[in-house]
Amino acid sequence: MSAADKRVVVALSGGVDSSVAAALLAREGYDVIGMMMRLWSDEALGGAEHNRCCTPDQMRIARRVADTLGIPFYALDTKDVFRDIVVQYFIDQHRDGYTPNPCLECNRHIRFEWLLRHAMALDADFLATGHYARIAKRPEGGYLLKKGLDPAKDQSYVLSVMGQEQLARTLFPVGEYPKAEVRRIACELGLDIANRKDSQDLCFLGNNDYRDFLGAHAPDLMTRGPIVSSEGEVLGEHRGLSNYTIGQRKGLGVSSNEPLYVLAMNAIKNALVVGTRGELGRDRLVAERFNWVGGAPPAVEFRAEVKIRYRSQAQMALIKPMGDDCALIEFNLPQQAVTPGQAAVVYQGDVCLGGGLIAQFADEEDDLKSSDQMIQFIA
Amino acid sequence: MTTKPEVYLDYSASTPVDPRVIDAMMPYFGKVYGNSTSSHRQGRRGEAAIEDARARIARILNCQPSEIVFTSCGSESDNLAIRGAAWRARQRMAPMRIITSPVEHSAVINTVLQLSDLMDGASVVVPVDKHGLVKTEDFTAACQNGAAIASVIYANNEVGSINDVAALAAIARQHGLLFHTDAVQAGGQLSLDVDALGVDLLSLSAHKFYGPKGVGLLYVKDGVEFPSILTGGGHEGGRRAGTHNTAFIVGMAKALELAYAEKSERLAHYRKMRGKLIDGILSRVAGAELSGHPVNRLPSHASFVLPGIDANALLMHLDTNGIAASSGSACKTGNPEPSDALLALGYPPEAASCGLRLSVGIHTTEADIDFALDVLVNAVAKLRRLKREFVA
Repeated sequence: MSAADKRVVVALSGGVDSSVAAALLAREGYDVIGMMMRLWSDEALGGAEHNRCCTPDQMRIARRVADTLGIPFYALDTKDVFRDIVVQYFIDQHRDGYTPNPCLECNRHIRFEWLLRHAMALDADFLATGHYARIAKRPEGGYLLKKGLDPAKDQSYVLSVMGQEQLARTLFPVGEYPKAEVRRIACELGLDIANRKDSQDLCFLGNNDYRDFLGAHAPDLMTRGPIVSSEGEVLGEHRGLSNYTIGQRKGLGVSSNEPLYVLAMNAIKNALVVGTRGELGRDRLVAERFNWVGGAPPAVEFRAEVKIRYRSQAQMALIKPMGDDCALIEFNLPQQAVTPGQAAVVYQGDVCLGGGLIAQFADEEDDLKSSDQMIQFIA
Repeated sequence: MTTKPEVYLDYSASTPVDPRVIDAMMPYFGKVYGNSTSSHRQGRRGEAAIEDARARIARILNCQPSEIVFTSCGSESDNLAIRGAAWRARQRMAPMRIITSPVEHSAVINTVLQLSDLMDGASVVVPVDKHGLVKTEDFTAACQNGAAIASVIYANNEVGSINDVAALAAIARQHGLLFHTDAVQAGGQLSLDVDALGVDLLSLSAHKFYGPKGVGLLYVKDGVEFPSILTGGGHEGGRRAGTHNTAFIVGMAKALELAYAEKSERLAHYRKMRGKLIDGILSRVAGAELSGHPVNRLPSHASFVLPGIDANALLMHLDTNGIAASSGSACKTGNPEPSDALLALGYPPEAASCGLRLSVGIHTTEADIDFALDVLVNAVAKLRRLKREFVA
């Protein structure tokens, strides 16, 4: 079957990457439909009226891109499901002392589930996005998720939630190109977007800081509580756990002989645990809600590289699968600022094997039935 | 790629220009190009064409040519009528109140709201019944306290229901009020005899009856005077400044003449196609309900409430299958709001987000309707399935 018989829905944002993705597909002869999800935004705070992903400006640009390419463009109301799933997750995770990455949750439930199904309902064969990642067919059947060709732009980290069913129906056209080439294609096509800045902040915050957002939507998260040492000694008072991040040194308001860092957040006790730089390093973690891209975990432990943040270097580790959706990850060297709620994503070379969410260290200890000292530190 | 069928069922939004209208317009782009206000022969030729168009339109409206003011569109005509009346009231130190209905076109509603806001006027919105019609008792009550103007739509764009404009205009007259009607949807289908209707002001737009976009008119009854809201030269008797769009005015006159000369055949065709559409949808789409008046509605117009169906998503499904339709709640930005018109008819907000409008025209065929029905039934089934899957 040629491309002409295939329909692709492209998630069009008005940005360079998704526009070029649409252009590449249209050029190959696919029957391309541009689509934008109208996402929820925090209007209550008096910030931006529109989610950053779908401002009137973004929409106008996306529509213009679609017109230039001669493809239809639709905006779909995704506000309620996005708020119920992604925004609620963001708040709940903070309440439990995690530092969540809502983009992963959006990819898991909105982009590659809700949007994918809406695309399929339009008789599309594929959903395409402007992510820098690649999908390869395995000779023995099934699909591999691979890093984007441009290592500086690779986005496979946030796609580690994808499974075989999604990969079979997804295209990442720009993943095969370096970013510079993508910008060049955008210029060549006369898409007036080639020099726009890449977006960074969470899309639904408007122009607000996430702390203001949480303060408005979950004021209980701003309840003051003790700052304690890892031995349980009270050192001061914090302004609500969500105001802090693991590894943070400044702004703790606690005096000490040596610099203190945030080690953990104990949501149950509403305590902020601090300690020295030496205590910050952790040589292992447990990743929960683990998604194995191949569908099932490898039968035996194996060596691989692990990224514990979107923009961090992958580190060598031993991966020990624990059941279908959990894994113990033991690093060769201690890692700084391992942050519960962020994803630990496992790679072998270019191939993303999957990822899970870093567990609270308390749960980790439960899981692993570890030492009394650590239980004391948390409990 | 194989060409897929395209079925246009959105004639209420706009119509293709009749080739005979295009022919009538052509000389006025290149051959006759003078400004109608110039005294030379080129100017005089333009002026002659415009005055000829005005006289022909006046015959259809059963009015004097001098009572026709050419505008750029229906929205401008509505603005001219309502703003003009408001300014007239201000000149006379008369009440700034404006009486209107909740199912007006946005050109009327938003003008009334802005005037209420900026000029300390109060708008009085007379409720409508479940079919979207203004009740004469309520309208009479609203007229008791005087007003700058009363404006009630002739035939509603969203649900197609036809108001008894003659009765409402008579009530307004008894109370000494100016009466305006937005007849944009009615144009080409209903009687525009302004004498029989008894209106003071009436808005029309050419592109609803196979004329060009970008031209409309306001009928202003002789003796009704108000300050111009578009000031400049003395065009249109000082009521609307701006160089005449000669070709489009000629086109509007031609289109209006054709519409009324061929009215009985056209309406018979509309009724047949529309009837097939309504029967098909009511029998094949579970829960579908006809919105607006079942009988007293524009012959070309069918509108429905399809419970549980996001109108936005439905229009997308129809479009990808080649069908052009419309909805009062759908919005190109994916931010649907319940339709104000459906809310005013008493539909709950959930249902008011599920409106669908299908309108037929002279090019609609039975095959079009059959195809559209199949696509629609299929799309509704898919959307209902999706919705079930995502209920948390």
